[in-house]
Amino acid sequence: MNQNVNKQALFNYVLALGDDAITMGHRLSEWCRNAPFLEEDLAIGNVALDFIGRAQMFYQYAAELDDQGRSEDDLAFLRDCRDFRNLLIYELPKGDFAFTMVRQMIVDLFNMEFLEQLTKSSDERLSAIAGKCIKESRYHLRRSHDWVLRLGDGTEESHERAQRALVDIWGYTPELFMVDESEQQLVQAGIAVDRAALMSVWDNRVGQILTEAKLQKPEDSWKVEGGRRGVHTEHLGHMLSELQFLQRAYPGLQW
Amino acid sequence: MTEFKMNEAELEKVFQKRIDDEQKIEPKDWMPEKYRKNLIRQISQHAHSEVIGMQPEGNWITRAPTLRRKMVLLAKVQDEGGHGLYLYSSAETLGISREEMVEALQTGAAKYASIFNYPTLTWADVGAIGWLVDGAAIVNQISLQRTSYGPYARAMVRVCKEESFHQRQGYESLMVLAFGNAEQKQMAQDALDRWWWPSLMMFGPHDADSAHSSQSMKWKIKRKSNDELRQSFVDQSVPQAEYLGLKIPDSNLKWNEERGHYDFGEIDWDEFLRVINGDGMCNRDRISHHVKVHNEGQWVRDAMRAYEEKKRARELKKSA
Ligand SMILES: [Fe+2]
Ligand SMILES: [Fe+2]
Repeated sequence: MNQNVNKQALFNYVLALGDDAITMGHRLSEWCRNAPFLEEDLAIGNVALDFIGRAQMFYQYAAELDDQGRSEDDLAFLRDCRDFRNLLIYELPKGDFAFTMVRQMIVDLFNMEFLEQLTKSSDERLSAIAGKCIKESRYHLRRSHDWVLRLGDGTEESHERAQRALVDIWGYTPELFMVDESEQQLVQAGIAVDRAALMSVWDNRVGQILTEAKLQKPEDSWKVEGGRRGVHTEHLGHMLSELQFLQRAYPGLQW
Repeated sequence: MTEFKMNEAELEKVFQKRIDDEQKIEPKDWMPEKYRKNLIRQISQHAHSEVIGMQPEGNWITRAPTLRRKMVLLAKVQDEGGHGLYLYSSAETLGISREEMVEALQTGAAKYASIFNYPTLTWADVGAIGWLVDGAAIVNQISLQRTSYGPYARAMVRVCKEESFHQRQGYESLMVLAFGNAEQKQMAQDALDRWWWPSLMMFGPHDADSAHSSQSMKWKIKRKSNDELRQSFVDQSVPQAEYLGLKIPDSNLKWNEERGHYDFGEIDWDEFLRVINGDGMCNRDRISHHVKVHNEGQWVRDAMRAYEEKKRARELKKSA
């Protein structure tokens, strides 16, 4: 019985990681042909590709664990909003370039810590995926860190935009460190990462980068959560209607 | 004065001899002003085409039907941007800046491939562009690998490899539709119907009507004429369409045993001119999108510059 509970919990966990990656990849891919200059179109596209590739790896694994026999694409393209389990920060619209880069720095820092712990997972598959992704995240962070410095310490306008982005995003960051019961079981089993434990390192590093970028760390005055329970912002439904359009309009076909 | 003219004429003779001997012209070599201008026009137009081409295909990145297709498409659109970058740099070796080229694009002084003024309406259009548009680009660019200007020829070698990859991927994704259900097959046929003629137009006017052709051929900026290239494209595409079980929308298309080529119908030259002159379905959208993105990015580029300056000043102060 315990085994069964664990399998469902593991499926949910892997699925959630896939959802985190696909929503982030989708938002970044929206910059392709819309970036501030051509080199940046390509660079941001690379990061988007890494996240979509990451989604594919997690969904493949989730598909293998799935009782309903769904494929990786079924998982990405045939679930509705309430079944998506991504953390809210990933689904927020791309906003301006400052919003995109401030969010990126925040999640890249988080992912560096998270993936490093995930490489130690007792689940070999997860640890192997994490091993692949961590190199990418190191590169992502180098980029987003650089951009936050340039924007925070660039012009008055860029500083203001970066500061505003930070304020708008801040209340979505506590969710990065909230662990529910099912995840807690997996933490105890040595499979999942204890995200709550990553908070202080992350907080420290963010603080350092913000100081370096001459940005003000916002007060912890508000927070929202719900992604892991399928309670999302209104933005996700629109993202899914775009992401899933073809699979929904022409069901059951090969592409 | 006379002596200067003599020198110029002599230089030009030597220059032409080098071209005739298939030697590459390099950025530091002497070249006639018209050769330089002509090349800048052609290379920058080519670069702009790569960049504007990101729009119609990029239109489907967020709607691609599977994770794999999404990654393939995103990587392809990135490649096109990369082609734009190599081409802008090879044009820069001729003494024009990227800013000047971008401005010429935005004001309409420079052109880009007219095909990108047609809309991508269905997923099949993405496959059709890969197959036909990248296919037509390859036919043209293979001949340009031997173009007389060194940096352009070398850029073409790199670009061609990626374009053939794009063409195969596009054809493969269209194949899935052509061999799919009735709706998918119809989607593929409809895409071929809409993209076929604009693809033939990519090769430009008939040789007899081509303003830049003969001088470009003499200088080996172009290596094959518009009509020759168009013919090779038709010849290669007909069997590919047959394999897909799709019908090319041309009732005059017929194998000509004597010529050893396919005969085909006449392009609608009125449409060709209309779109080239800015009145196609998407001309205004393409340019206004480019301008909008460029303007929206201004504060980012400013920030980057300001940060670099501050950083340099700090380093200077430190070392002082
Ligand atoms: Fe290209
Ligand atoms: Fe291409």
